[in-house]
Amino acid sequence: MPLNQDYVGRVFGPTQPYEVSRVKIADFANAIGEPSAACRDKTAAQQAGYPDVIAPPTFAIVISMTASAGLNSDPGLGLDYAMVVHGEESFSYTRPLHAGDVVVATSTIESIRVLGAMSMLVTSTDISTVDGEHVCTAKSTLVERGQ
Amino acid sequence: MALRYADVEPGTEIPPKSYQVTRLDLVKYAGASGDFNVIHWNERAARSVGLPDVIAHGMYTMAQAARYVTEWAGGDPGAITEFGVRFSAMVPVPDDGAGATIEVSGTVAEKLGDGKVAVDLTARAAGAKVLTRARAVVRLP
Repeated sequence: MPLNQDYVGRVFGPTQPYEVSRVKIADFANAIGEPSAACRDKTAAQQAGYPDVIAPPTFAIVISMTASAGLNSDPGLGLDYAMVVHGEESFSYTRPLHAGDVVVATSTIESIRVLGAMSMLVTSTDISTVDGEHVCTAKSTLVERGQ
Repeated sequence: MALRYADVEPGTEIPPKSYQVTRLDLVKYAGASGDFNVIHWNERAARSVGLPDVIAHGMYTMAQAARYVTEWAGGDPGAITEFGVRFSAMVPVPDDGAGATIEVSGTVAEKLGDGKVAVDLTARAAGAKVLTRARAVVRLP
């Protein structure tokens, strides 16, 4: 089923504050095989100039998904998640996320394009600290394949 | 040794590296990322929606490409300031003990000033390009 074009421009968020923790960063780094000590050891991270352990660059997806999940699961949009594959993703960082950050995410549906049986959903998510400091903007294109 | 901005030349090819991905990696990634889409861990569900097999999370492949850039740049994952990719093909991960191999290669594309270098990346699996239009910007000392 084609996605509901009325959802272009819809905004979800800001989400509940998300507290970035050392354990979650280490779990994520382990799962992707990122070996850097800066993701696990506060002293090593501080020697590299960071206030605490830092998240690998793709970690922002964990936070952006909390915002976009609210949009994507809205029954009015009509997205069938089992038919979804990831089309494109980009991250633009003001600085790395680090343990101790408390951030909120706001997602906007930028466009919905229907190409035959496929729909393409472009979402932009801003991640900022609760104090309003921009950390990262994540842009996702999801593709809903036709049956 | 960290790579230095002054030592980097556009056009330089970065030696390719291979990263293995197994079903266990996908289960771990699902747990760590919170992306539990069934197509990434349930073969029956994946086939029922027309996929050849369980497929890797695109974000898992993207994370391997980020590791590749980080390793080249000297090991600091915080050095990547921008990173974008297009997922141009799926990475099927068979349940055969070996899984799939993702081969990442890269070229220094541009020096952007302020210590920033753009790197163009390609990732392949089973002969198909799985990442295209992939570019990372990394800040070097």
